[in-house]
Amino acid sequence: MDILQQLSEILQKGDADKVSELTKNAIANKLGPKVILDDGLIAGMAIVGEKFKAHEIFLPDVLLAAKAMYAGMDLLKPLLIKEGIPTIGKVVIGTVQGDLHDIGKNLVGIMLKGAGFEVIDLGNDVPPEEFIESAQREGAQVIGMSALLTTTMPVMKKVIDMTKECGIYERIKIVVGGAPLSAEYAQEIGAHAYCFDALKAVECVKGYIGVN
Amino acid sequence: MRKTISIPIDDVVPSIGAVLKGQGVPERAASEERMTRLAGQSVSIYKDLCNPVSIITDISKIDFETVYHGEGKNEEEAPLAKIYKDSDSLALFAVTISEDVCAEITRLFDTNDFALGSMLDGAASEGTEMAAQAVELYYRGYLREVGRFATSAGTMQFSPGYCGWHVSAQKKLFEVLRPTEIGIELGESFLMRPLKSISGVIIAGPKEIFKFDDVFPFCSECDTHSCRDRIRAVLEQ
Repeated sequence: MDILQQLSEILQKGDADKVSELTKNAIANKLGPKVILDDGLIAGMAIVGEKFKAHEIFLPDVLLAAKAMYAGMDLLKPLLIKEGIPTIGKVVIGTVQGDLHDIGKNLVGIMLKGAGFEVIDLGNDVPPEEFIESAQREGAQVIGMSALLTTTMPVMKKVIDMTKECGIYERIKIVVGGAPLSAEYAQEIGAHAYCFDALKAVECVKGYIGVN
Repeated sequence: MRKTISIPIDDVVPSIGAVLKGQGVPERAASEERMTRLAGQSVSIYKDLCNPVSIITDISKIDFETVYHGEGKNEEEAPLAKIYKDSDSLALFAVTISEDVCAEITRLFDTNDFALGSMLDGAASEGTEMAAQAVELYYRGYLREVGRFATSAGTMQFSPGYCGWHVSAQKKLFEVLRPTEIGIELGESFLMRPLKSISGVIIAGPKEIFKFDDVFPFCSECDTHSCRDRIRAVLEQ
């Protein structure tokens, strides 16, 4: 079995130490960081996502695999930057102003990173202006907003209205999610998509950026 | 009666099975060694960091009417609107398991320990629910002690933000209960801090008053319909 295949399989098992060791080996064997990332780490996480979707594995398995992915990514990141290799896309995410719940948003961020996206996580209690400023500054293609309270859901509309005012609504796609939301509400406020869970968020973002 | 209650930690420790269930792990996979090890570790951390404390105060029906009405945003028809009017006794309460647990969840996510962080979050949510149940038990005991709890009576709790009671009622609830004394703050969006906190009203009265069908307009937006289990639990009290 080649080292990338091995890397993918060990990542699926969620062994962070072993992933770190194999990534070091792959680098030492002169494999390019982009190849290691795409054919080792991202390939492994893609299988994890598929197995999770098929209920063959469960949330803790996905999260252990994500930790292993990050262990490999930490080693590759400086090399990717050095070689000027861009990520497949940039996504700004955050929990809207007034809301401190961030578990769901964190899961979305973890899955997006696992799919190879650069994620700018603004945290929780994020004012509308910060979403806009950050997306413009970072050149993000997607803004992802999360809310767990009915009282904070209107902040999402405020952000969407601001993107329209700034003339970036067509360029930057807005995806929303959170327990009290629905597809109808998302449509009503002008969001481009409602994401029921983290996997759906990855699918949506991939679709917008044109990644298979 | 107005009292601060320290709840024994052992009363609010969730089982490993409950933590795994909360993570969507079915029984067949829950026996996997690494799953149970992680869940066990989360419960252990939770136990070390939690400090469950509650504040409870009796409230009259007239005073509760103001709290229930809140900012005037309740659903036109809601189960609580009728239930409290038919009740024998009411108490406002707030309970938290401490900020330390919430801070540890954040730290675990920040250090890429996602699985453990997620399990600790689940353990803490489950533990907070157990703490609210412990307060309800305390109130039942108190009512029995002072001779205000008939043998045929039961108790149920409701929280702003659920079952047609608008979350903005938190404002009035906090004004009367003052749970800041036990470290629970209310934010502008009516969100409590620490996040793992529950506030609401405990209602005591004849068991029949708690029976209602989940056919209110807002019930269609509810994912859990947990009221069915809660009603069943009252009838079994």
